[in-house]
Amino acid sequence: MADLSAREPCAGLGLPLTLGGCRLAALPVERITAIQPFPGKVAAVETVLRAQGLRFPAPGHSHEAGGARIVWAGRETAFLFGMAAPEGLSAHAALSDQSDGWAGLRLEGPDARAVLARLLPIDLRAGAFEPEACARAPLNHMQVLIRRAGEAAFDLFVYRSMAGTAVHELTDAMRAVAARQAAVR
Amino acid sequence: MTHRIPGKGLIDRTRPLRFSFDGREFEGFQGDTLASALLANGVQLVGRSFKYHRPRGVLTAGSEEPNALVEVIEGKQKTPNVRATVQELYGGLTVQSQNRWPSLRFDVMAVNDRFAPFLSAGFYYKTFMWPRAFWEKVYEPAIRRAAGLGALSGLHDEGRYEKAFAFCDVLVIGAGPTGLMAALVAGRAGADVILADEDARMGGRLLSDQPEVAGQSGPDWAADMLAELAAMPNVRLMTRTTVTGVYDGGTFGALQRVGLHLADPGDLPRECFWRIVAKRAVLATGALERPIAHPDNDRPGVMLASAVQSYVARYGVNPGRVVVFGNNDSALQAARDLTAQGVQVAGYVDPRADVSVLEEFPVYPGGQVVGTRGRLGLREVAVRHGGGVSMLTAETLALSGGWNPSLHLTCHLGGRPDWDERLAAFVPRAGMVAGMSVAGAARGRFSTAACLADGAALAAEVLADMGIAGHDMPLPAAEDRSYAIAPFWAVDAGGRAWLDFANDVTTKDVQQAAQEGFSSVEHMKRYTTQGMAPDQGKSSNVAALAVLADATGQGISATGTTTFRPPYTPVSIAAMGAGGRGMGFAPERLLTSDSQTRAMGAPMIEAGLWYRPSYFPRAGEATWREACDREVSMVRTAVGVCDVSTLGKIDVQGPDADRFLDLIYTNMMSSIKPGRTRYGLMLREDGHVMDDGTCARLGEAHFLITTTTAAAGPVMRHMDFVHQAFCGDWAVRFTSVTEQWAQFALAGPKARELVNKLLETPVDAENFPFMACGPARILGVEGRLFRISFSGEMGYEIAVPARFGAAVFERLVAEAEAMGGGAYGMEALNVLRIEKGFITHAEIHGRVTAFDIGMQGMVSAKKDCIGKSASQRPGLMGPEREQLVGLVPVDPQAELSAGAHLYNENDPATRVNNQGYVTSAGYSPTLQSWLALGFLRDGRARHGQIIRLDDGLRGRKVACKVVHPVFHDPEGGKLRG
Amino acid sequence: MRISCPCCGPRDRREFTYYGAADYLNRPALDADASAWDDYLHLRDNPAGETRDLWYHDPCGTWVAVTRDTVTHAVIAAEAVA
Ligand SMILES: [Zn+2]
Repeated sequence: MADLSAREPCAGLGLPLTLGGCRLAALPVERITAIQPFPGKVAAVETVLRAQGLRFPAPGHSHEAGGARIVWAGRETAFLFGMAAPEGLSAHAALSDQSDGWAGLRLEGPDARAVLARLLPIDLRAGAFEPEACARAPLNHMQVLIRRAGEAAFDLFVYRSMAGTAVHELTDAMRAVAARQAAVR
Repeated sequence: MTHRIPGKGLIDRTRPLRFSFDGREFEGFQGDTLASALLANGVQLVGRSFKYHRPRGVLTAGSEEPNALVEVIEGKQKTPNVRATVQELYGGLTVQSQNRWPSLRFDVMAVNDRFAPFLSAGFYYKTFMWPRAFWEKVYEPAIRRAAGLGALSGLHDEGRYEKAFAFCDVLVIGAGPTGLMAALVAGRAGADVILADEDARMGGRLLSDQPEVAGQSGPDWAADMLAELAAMPNVRLMTRTTVTGVYDGGTFGALQRVGLHLADPGDLPRECFWRIVAKRAVLATGALERPIAHPDNDRPGVMLASAVQSYVARYGVNPGRVVVFGNNDSALQAARDLTAQGVQVAGYVDPRADVSVLEEFPVYPGGQVVGTRGRLGLREVAVRHGGGVSMLTAETLALSGGWNPSLHLTCHLGGRPDWDERLAAFVPRAGMVAGMSVAGAARGRFSTAACLADGAALAAEVLADMGIAGHDMPLPAAEDRSYAIAPFWAVDAGGRAWLDFANDVTTKDVQQAAQEGFSSVEHMKRYTTQGMAPDQGKSSNVAALAVLADATGQGISATGTTTFRPPYTPVSIAAMGAGGRGMGFAPERLLTSDSQTRAMGAPMIEAGLWYRPSYFPRAGEATWREACDREVSMVRTAVGVCDVSTLGKIDVQGPDADRFLDLIYTNMMSSIKPGRTRYGLMLREDGHVMDDGTCARLGEAHFLITTTTAAAGPVMRHMDFVHQAFCGDWAVRFTSVTEQWAQFALAGPKARELVNKLLETPVDAENFPFMACGPARILGVEGRLFRISFSGEMGYEIAVPARFGAAVFERLVAEAEAMGGGAYGMEALNVLRIEKGFITHAEIHGRVTAFDIGMQGMVSAKKDCIGKSASQRPGLMGPEREQLVGLVPVDPQAELSAGAHLYNENDPATRVNNQGYVTSAGYSPTLQSWLALGFLRDGRARHGQIIRLDDGLRGRKVACKVVHPVFHDPEGGKLRG
Repeated sequence: MRISCPCCGPRDRREFTYYGAADYLNRPALDADASAWDDYLHLRDNPAGETRDLWYHDPCGTWVAVTRDTVTHAVIAAEAVA
C-alpha cells in the first residue's frame, strides 16, 4: 500500500510573509503531547520529567531543555513539544497526542507586539509577558495558545482548522500597523 | 483667504491645501480644521438647524460643536455629521453642508421657522397621537423624511476600521497644561503612561489662548514637554484619541482618528477603537465654555469667546469686529487678549454692574445683548445698557456664560457631581470612579498655574498610591488669575433665545416643559429633546437646567443634572465593530478535505463555524435534489464517503473516567467493554436533552466520546463544570482532540469492502462487529476504526491524524467511485438520518426531554446522572408532552417543511389547536416519498392517525399519517450486517 | 468588568461565559425531595449588593466563583470552584 502524503496545517497560506516591521511564518510541525496529571500526581509527573531536564509548568509559564519545550496550556494541562512523552508518564497523567490538532505560527519583529495588540485582549507588554511566558487567550474569536519566544517573537498555536482565518487576521493587523509606521516615517 | 491675520497661528503657511465646500473651491493650510479654513475664507454659514432649518455657523473650536455638522464625501461614500471643528483639512477634502434643500443659502424647510409656535416642545407627542392608524402610514414616514441630520450613501462601507487593546499604569486623559504635567511627573518616575488627547496636536489651551509658561509661549513650552515625553520609552502619546467611556475595573474606551485627516490613507484604518486598561487614571479634560441664551444668539458669527481666541491665536483667523458678551472674568480677559492680538473689540458687554471700565475697548457694565441682525451672518449686535439700546456693528459676537468642568467621564459609572455656587458649575466629587483622579480645570481650577500644579500634585499622589517613587518637579511659572462669575443664563427680552443649538431648544421650550409638569430634569430633557443631539448638550445642558431651576423655583443644586453616559463624543458603529467583518465575524473552520471538496464543485454550507459540503454535483444533474437523491441511493445500494471530522471528539482518561462518564451520560458507560462503543445521551441538570453521541472505550481507563458538531464547545464546558463542581478529586482528565483527527464515515452495503481496501488487517463481521472500535493501521498510518453508523446502513468510521486527512479522503473517494459509490454531502446525510429516524439538534433543540424523543429507557435506573432527578419530575413525561413521531404525507409527492405546525384535520390553525410541529423534512428516494420528523402531543399513542401539517409561511397544508419515527429498516438488519 | 481568573490573572469579562448563581455548586442528592431540586434549579435571590456567581474562563477551562457587588459593580473575590 502506498504511503500517505502528509499536509502541513499552514500549507497554501502564503507563509512566510513580511509586512512592515513584522514577519509571520509557520512553525515546523513537531510532536505535541498534552500532559494532564491526575489529582495529586504532579510531583510524580515532575519526577519523570526531571530526567529530561523539565518541570511541570506553573500557569502562564514554559521552559526548554534539550530541544524540547513544555508549555502550560490550560487548566491542569501542559503541552510537551519536540519529543515523545517520556516513559512512565502515563501512570500519573493523561496523555494525548495533539501534534496534528494545532497550527503553529511565529510572529516576529519590532512591530509584533503592536500587531498582537490589535487581536488579543491581554497585556503583552515586555514587563508583563516575559520571555517564555505563555497564555491562553482569544485572538479575535479564536482561542489560542501564545508564548513569548524571544525579545520580539511570539509563537501562536491555533486550531488547525482555523489556520487560514488566523493568518488572515494577523496579516490584516500587520498591514494596518505597517501603514501606521509608514505614516510616522 | 481674506480673513487671515498675517503671520499668526500654528498653521503651516508653506503648505496650502485646496478643498471644496458645497461645490466651491477654497484654500486653507496644513494645520487648519475645516472650521478654521472656512472662517478664514469668510464662510460663516455652514449648516441648517435640525428643526427650524435656521442658518447656523461655527459655535466652538472643539469636539463639543453643536452646529457645524457636515458631510464628508469620499468617492461614492458619504460620512454625515462630521464636526467641522474636528475634521482636519487635507488636500482634496470634499464637504457638503447638510440638512438643507435645495441649497444652504435657500432652504425650503426653513418655512418651519415661521411655524415655530406650533413646533414647540412636545410637538411630536401632542400632534402625532391620533388617529392611531395614521402613525405607521402617515406620521412616521413624514417625520422620518423631515428629521434626521445628514444622510448616508446607502452603500456598503468599504472603509477599514481597527480595534486595539492597551495596558498601562497611568492613563492621562487630556494633554493641556494639567495633563502634560501629570504625564511628565508619572513618566519621569518610570510609570507606564498613556497620554491621550482628542486634538491632532497636544497642548490644549496652551495652543489656543497661549498663556506664557516658564517664560516661553504656551505652544513652545508644550512642544518642549512633548518632545521629552516622546523620548520616554514608557510613555505612549495618543493624539486624535478621544477617551469616550469609562467602564468597570479600570477599562476605558477610546476612539482614535487614524486616517481621516489624510488625502490618501492607504492601508491606514479610518478609526481605531481602543480598549485601554489602566491601573490609575488622571482626568485632565479641562473645561468647556458655555454660551448665554439671548434673542437670536444662533446667528452665524456668534461664537464662544474661547473659540474666537482659538481661531485667532491658533489658526490666524481674522474675526472682524468682535463684541464680547460675558458674565465672568475669563470673558473680560478674552476681550483683552483679543485686543492685544490686534483684533478690534467693538464692545465688552457684561451684566455685572461693577465690571472694570478702564479698558482699551468700550465696556457696557450692567449690559446685555438683546438681539442680533444679519440675514445669513452677523452684522449688528443690539446691546441694552444703562443708556438704552445701542446697535454695535460686528462680524463676530463672542459669548461666555462661564465654564463647565469637563467631568463627563467621572459620571459614567453612575456618580453624580456637586453644584459649586462660587464657580456656578458642576464639579466632580471625590471617588466617583475608583482609581480616577480629576485634576485642573476638570475640577474647577482654571488658572494656568493652578492647572500645572494640580496635574503635578495628583500625578504624585497616584504614583505614591502605586508605590512608585516620584521626583520633586519644580513648577513652571504661569498666570494665576482669579476667576469670578455672576451666574447669568438667559436674557429676558422677548424673542427666541437658543439653548441647545443642535436640537433647536429655546428657553421658552424649557419653561413650557416646566409649566406642563415636566419639571424633573430627566423629563424636561426628553420632552424638549434638550441635550439629545450628537453633541449631547455639552454647551447647553447646564444653562437649560438653570432655566428649568428658575422656572420651578427649585435651585440648580436640587434640580441636578441629567445622566452623562458613554460615549463622550459620537463613536461610529464601524469602529466599535471593527474586526467583525468577513472572517473577523467568525473564524472559518475548514476540513482537511476542504480543497478536494471544493475542487469537486461542492457548494459549502456552514455548520457551526465549520464549512461542510452540501452535495457533490455530477454532470447532468440540474438541481441539488438530483444530486442529493443520487447520493442517498448510492449509500443505500453501494457505498458513500462523508467527512465527519466536525463532530466534537473528547479524549477521557483516568481510573475514574468510567464513573465520570456514568455521571454525565444517562446510560451506563462503565459497563462498556474495551474495544466497544455505545450510543449515549446527555441531559442538562434541568432534565432536558443536552446532546447525544457515541462513547468508545479504547482501553480500561481510556474513552473517546463524540459530541454533535454545534455542541462540542458547550459539552466541554458542561463536563468541566460537572468535574470541577462535583468531583474535582476524581482521577479523570479530558481534553478536546477534535482537531487531531480527520474522521470519515463509510456507509452502505459495500462499506466493508471499501474499508478493507485501506486497512492493513482486513475486518469482517465477526472480528469487528457492530459497535466495535479500536486502533487500526490505515494505509501505513496509525489510526482508529469504529463500526458505527448514522445512516442506517453498514457503517465504519476511520480516523487518521489530521495531516493525512486530505490524502485519505482522496483515496476513499476514488475507491468508492470505482465501486459505484462516492462522496456524499450534508443534504444526503440529512435525508439518510431522517429515513432512519436519527435525531440532530433540529430535534434536541433544548426544550425536549428523553421521554419526548422516546429514550426514557436510556435513563439508567441503577445510578445517578446529571438531569436524572429533574427528568422525572411531573410535567416532563406523560401524554401531555409532544413526542417524537414520523410523518408521511398521504400524497407521497406532497412537499413537507420543517417549522410547520400540526393540527387535527378540521381544526383551524390557531394557537389553542396546535398539536405539535415539524423539526426535519426531506424527500426520501429510498421510500419514494416525502418524510418528516416532528413532535406531536401524545404522539406515540397516535401512530396511524391523520394529522394536518400547516405551513403558514408557505401556505402549505398537507394531510400526513403519523408513524413510528424510524421509516427505513426498523429492525436494523442492514446496520448490524 | 474584569475578573481575575485563578489560572490566568485579570481578564476582560468577554473572555468568560456566565452560568448562574453559585447555588449550582450545591447539588442535592438524587433522592432529595422535589422542593430541594426545585430550589436548586430554579429559585434564586436577586440581591442588591453582594452576590456570588459562576463564570467559565473559556481560554483555560477554569470554573470561577466570583463574589461581586451588584450595586457598585466591585469584584470582591474570584476563586476556582475546585
Ligand atoms: Zn483562565
